[in-house]
Amino acid sequence: MTEEIIIAGFGGQGVLSMGKILAYSGIMQDMEVSWMPSYGPEMRGGTANVTVILSDKEISSPVLTRFDTAIILNQQSLDKFEQSVKPGGILLYDNNGISVKPSRTDIKIHVVEATAEAARMGSPKVFNMMVLGAYLKLRPIVTVDNVIAGLKKSLPARHHHLLDENKAALIRGMEIVA
Amino acid sequence: MNVNDIIKPENLVYSKTSLMNDRELSYCPGCGHGTANRLVHEVIEEMGIGGETIGVAPVGCAVMLYEFSNLDFVQAAHGRATAVATGLKRVMPDKFVFSYQGDGDLAAIGTGETLHTCNRGENITIIFINNGIYGMTGGQMAPTTLVGMKTSTSPYGRDEKWMGSPIDMTKLVSMLPGTYYVTRQAVHTPSAVRKAKKAIQKAFEVQKNKLGLSFVEIVSNCNSGWKMSPVKANQWMEENMLPYYPLGDLKVDGKLITK
Amino acid sequence: MSEIRLMKGNEAIAEAAIRAGCDAYFGYPITPQSEVMEYLMAERPEKRTGMIVLQAESEVAAINMVFGAAAAGKRVMTSSSSPGISLKLEGISYIAGADLPCVILNVARGGPGLGTIQPAQSDYFQAVKGGGHGDYHMLVLAPASVQEMADHMPLAFDLAFKYRTPVMILSDGVIGQTMEKVKLFDQMPRSTEVPQWAVCGNAGRKNRIITSLDLDPVKKEQQNLALQAKYQQMRENEVRYEKYLCDDADYLMVAYGASARIAKKSIEYAREKGIKVGLLRPITLFPFPSAVIAELAKKMKGILSVEMSAGQMVEDVLLATRQTPQVPVKHFGRYGGVVHSPEEIFEAFLKHFNLG
Repeated sequence: MTEEIIIAGFGGQGVLSMGKILAYSGIMQDMEVSWMPSYGPEMRGGTANVTVILSDKEISSPVLTRFDTAIILNQQSLDKFEQSVKPGGILLYDNNGISVKPSRTDIKIHVVEATAEAARMGSPKVFNMMVLGAYLKLRPIVTVDNVIAGLKKSLPARHHHLLDENKAALIRGMEIVA
Repeated sequence: MNVNDIIKPENLVYSKTSLMNDRELSYCPGCGHGTANRLVHEVIEEMGIGGETIGVAPVGCAVMLYEFSNLDFVQAAHGRATAVATGLKRVMPDKFVFSYQGDGDLAAIGTGETLHTCNRGENITIIFINNGIYGMTGGQMAPTTLVGMKTSTSPYGRDEKWMGSPIDMTKLVSMLPGTYYVTRQAVHTPSAVRKAKKAIQKAFEVQKNKLGLSFVEIVSNCNSGWKMSPVKANQWMEENMLPYYPLGDLKVDGKLITK
Repeated sequence: MSEIRLMKGNEAIAEAAIRAGCDAYFGYPITPQSEVMEYLMAERPEKRTGMIVLQAESEVAAINMVFGAAAAGKRVMTSSSSPGISLKLEGISYIAGADLPCVILNVARGGPGLGTIQPAQSDYFQAVKGGGHGDYHMLVLAPASVQEMADHMPLAFDLAFKYRTPVMILSDGVIGQTMEKVKLFDQMPRSTEVPQWAVCGNAGRKNRIITSLDLDPVKKEQQNLALQAKYQQMRENEVRYEKYLCDDADYLMVAYGASARIAKKSIEYAREKGIKVGLLRPITLFPFPSAVIAELAKKMKGILSVEMSAGQMVEDVLLATRQTPQVPVKHFGRYGGVVHSPEEIFEAFLKHFNLG
């Protein structure tokens, strides 16, 4: 099994950290992982994307242009990556700020209203965990326990009190994905 | 009484430092480098630290310094002597490290390294020979060349408006918090030599006591480059160089000397 | 017990430096490798192992600090990216000329000039042909994964000391910035041995001089001949490479670093279509695996050199294959900061050998 994912959105939306949590979860599950960010001006407020690969065999290229799954958090990224999803692949997006919806018919398109739901729950920061939950509902490549274990590993100890909140967001994302 | 009656140990009033070898110095007759080389080695010998000292030779007239020395030496790229000295000292903080640099090396191409090494307060000793000219390459204008002074690249005299003013590096580094002892000396008269030796000794004592960076400028002559006889060059130095580069301590015990 | 972590290439190599018993690091920030010094500073290696980390005022100062610390016989390194490496070349030439060991990491980016901060492999010539003035080489390692970024660190120090030579680890923005699983080797002790040639004060022995200068051309030529003999030894003993699917291959790709990884993916595409392509990945770029490429060339219908440059390594592939002129050698690469995709490489491959 090899899963090739692009996660894209605005800098500051937690794009890179979502990818990192996914990569950590893969390690918890003894998989090979690769996490390759776009870097540079993107770090300072523009768009950001990260290519994440999880596989049960050695990963060849960390650089990809075609993906099994695209996780999209803003319109620019949707415009940029809709065509990069392999036929039969998944495009998952948060509909906050999306005016031109994806139109391909040869891929599976899913929506998660994570921004809105996280705001309703009073913790807008965990919206990316909700998106991750939605993704894992569609592609259960790693278990919730391993995501939390991965999160624990990637977070400094002083943030460990946030683990429960993140887990709740992850599970809520699984429930609301459409 | 013939000469062999005089050459006896009990009559010995002066001998060459054992830290310098018997090779002939390559400096021009009358040049101050030879005296400065000797003073540095005498101080190191008298302090008994020769076995723990590493010198850094620059590019310029002093590039061959290691040829005359019995000390461990590293020959650095042009201007980089204090960076090399920093590398040596940081990995061997208990050894003595000094650089010996001319004005082109320290005050032109190596200005960045000089200022930042001084600013970091590396616990090393910098010996700076300032003769206001590039000696080795044949008498070109140096950053310290005086206004109006003729060199092969300022044949009509240094024009301040076109070529800038002579830079006073010693004053400049004395302003940096990292320097602990900053002084300007000369070696053209017996009394100047005695004072210069004391200053060099103080500089190495500062290093020994791990107090910070010590910087000793020696205003010197370049009779070949200046196209003067040695005696005339020394006179010219007193009359022209010393008013612009006055001798004396600029900073002692980390405190600026105000005059 | 070895430890598994998720790390960027830049972080892995910094951690590996501490673990390899590195004595000192001198550097200057530049994208895309600033994580190296940031990681080192955060780790407080002076407390972990006694390793010194100092931020210099410039790349020029940093390489000369390396020169000084290397003269003291220490395991010492610096890191930078392309424009910064250009600045270091004077110092590298002096280090090579003075027979000193050190490790230099180049996390390469696109050029020329200030170029771009995005990945490139256009510093190949600079790395393997000398770069600075004079007849010298660095031994050049080219890691293609985060794991190799870590593993090449102790190897680089061993080779640097074995040959008393500067060793360059030539990486790029892809490998430097990508996070992968890395198995870290255990902490090695810092060496307490003082090499026979090091300067550290002449107590109890004759003084030593570290210099690259000799005004007598006949003596300087002798010194050059000794350098050349050293490079010949490297050619005979230190060639490293990886062969991937070469046994049944009709076509060969040659690629190093990030390009080798991307080329592997394009080879998957080729094999899905029944075209038998293999990969030869040089792990040492100097010495270059010429002999193995020459041997493989004999049974190939074509060779594609893939690098993120306008065509630099391809010259060495051409030299290696001059006994088989009937085998076409082609180059493909995006550059100036553009990273080629597996699809692009595959398409170029089909086009170059009329397989499309």
